[in-house]
Amino acid sequence: MSMPYDRVKLARDNKRPTGLDYIRNLFTDFVEMHGDRYYGDDPAIVGGIARLGENPVTVLAMEKGHTAKERTRRNFGAPHPEGYRKALRLMKQAEKFGRPVICFVDTSGAYCGVGAEERGQGCAIAQNLLELSTLCVPVISIIIGEGGSGGALALALADRVWMLQNAVYSVISPEGCASILWKDSAKAAEAASSLKLTAEDAKSLGIADKILSEKELGKQEFYCRIRMLLARQLQELEEDAELVSKRYDRFRKLGTGEESQ
Amino acid sequence: MALINFLKPKNQLEEGGRTAAPVQQDAGEPEKKCPNCHKEIPLSRLWANHLVCPCGYHFRMKARQRIQMLADKDSFQERDGSWKRGNPLGFPGYQEKMETAQVASGEEEAVICGTARLGGYPCCLFVMEPYFMMGSMGSVVGEKITRLFEYAVDHQLPVIGFTVSGGARMQEGLLSLIQMAKTSGAVKRHSDAGLLYIAVLTDPTTGGVTASFAMEADILLAEPGATVGFAGARVVEQTTQKALPKGFQKAEFVLEHGFLDAIVSRGSQKKVLTQLLSLHAKGGPI
Repeated sequence: MSMPYDRVKLARDNKRPTGLDYIRNLFTDFVEMHGDRYYGDDPAIVGGIARLGENPVTVLAMEKGHTAKERTRRNFGAPHPEGYRKALRLMKQAEKFGRPVICFVDTSGAYCGVGAEERGQGCAIAQNLLELSTLCVPVISIIIGEGGSGGALALALADRVWMLQNAVYSVISPEGCASILWKDSAKAAEAASSLKLTAEDAKSLGIADKILSEKELGKQEFYCRIRMLLARQLQELEEDAELVSKRYDRFRKLGTGEESQ
Repeated sequence: MALINFLKPKNQLEEGGRTAAPVQQDAGEPEKKCPNCHKEIPLSRLWANHLVCPCGYHFRMKARQRIQMLADKDSFQERDGSWKRGNPLGFPGYQEKMETAQVASGEEEAVICGTARLGGYPCCLFVMEPYFMMGSMGSVVGEKITRLFEYAVDHQLPVIGFTVSGGARMQEGLLSLIQMAKTSGAVKRHSDAGLLYIAVLTDPTTGGVTASFAMEADILLAEPGATVGFAGARVVEQTTQKALPKGFQKAEFVLEHGFLDAIVSRGSQKKVLTQLLSLHAKGGPI
């Protein structure tokens, strides 16, 4: 088994399938929707409507891009508030039309910039969490690469959270953690181990429900397998009359502590 | 040892000069230098003015002192005061850090929750503690706040929350992150029940707390000069490699950008909160 920091490097590898690769390979009839209706369109989050098999779904994906040019255009997958607001708009629309929402999460974190702060990065993430917690349609989130803190969680308050085998999910980057705690970003590998950020860790903490094997990653067999898993899972969730209260309970039971004597 | 140096100035200030060691008469009255006007202000004067300098600078305040300042006399009843959590991930150094924080703050954790009356109006109240790991949110903070919102729904009470936080507590890893989702769910249920939630953001309110329950209130107030933001200013500067605009992330800047309802100085908070409670009250004060 590889070390946690090796997983971090794998999760960041720019040859890994990105959000758009999943959209292109898992769905048909994808129509992209742009803009948050307040300020602008954020290329770091791609959203739209597509079909999974026969059924319409709303798809939201963080997109890092593969080439240097694409990666720059996509801001390396670090969303601005308008990205989260676009996502929220499309989620609410999915609710209106009774479509499930499927999210692909891949970001080092919400963008740390002046404009992002001026336009309320924290507020945008908070609003997504608030609305996702009672969205009346099934939500499945798949962490396909990096699940970077609140910026990732804003699309991962879901009925099911799945992680790719080499994806990571963390409250802070290992470099950030090492630099704050030990004033030494070179200790990132150590921090990565302490943070318990691998898919296996997330599953044992009850935060991820399923780990998706990376066998044949990016090949048709790989996408075919995920398409089948998604279809089966959506069917189960759509039949569940207590969907929203179960979503509440899913997060409610995590990290509770206890009353001491 | 370093611990003592760390504790001394803060506790002296926070206790209004009433430290364990009696102040020497001939040493004169202890003073505190204001980082804004750079004047030496006698502690007794600061203490009498809720730790606000005559120039208007708001010093940090311990959670219990805020409660004392806000709640009607003898009305505060703490809830879940002994809620605890060990070191769930076995994070190196976390246990020691918690113990230091407990000594520094005199609290078990980074938030105090309970019920109280303000100007006669009953409410649920949570106040975060700056001297406990800068109000960072781990499992216990998330759980206590969630439980308070659930209690408020069951008893049809408004919630008033004072936030101060460096963000999610990294020593609890994903369990801290997930508290953002958990608390947001509880706030939403409270909101859907038609109940009022007022947040007062104090210096600093950042990271995962800003991006969850702090920014989810019906009414968002802040203390003058409080830093309110998602990313830390230094991180923003490093990421963008540009000088930050004047007053970046200060409450006044955040108000100007449309993310706060009002800035309320400490001396007026009880009056304003009581007024807001009365404007939403179905019954009168009790």
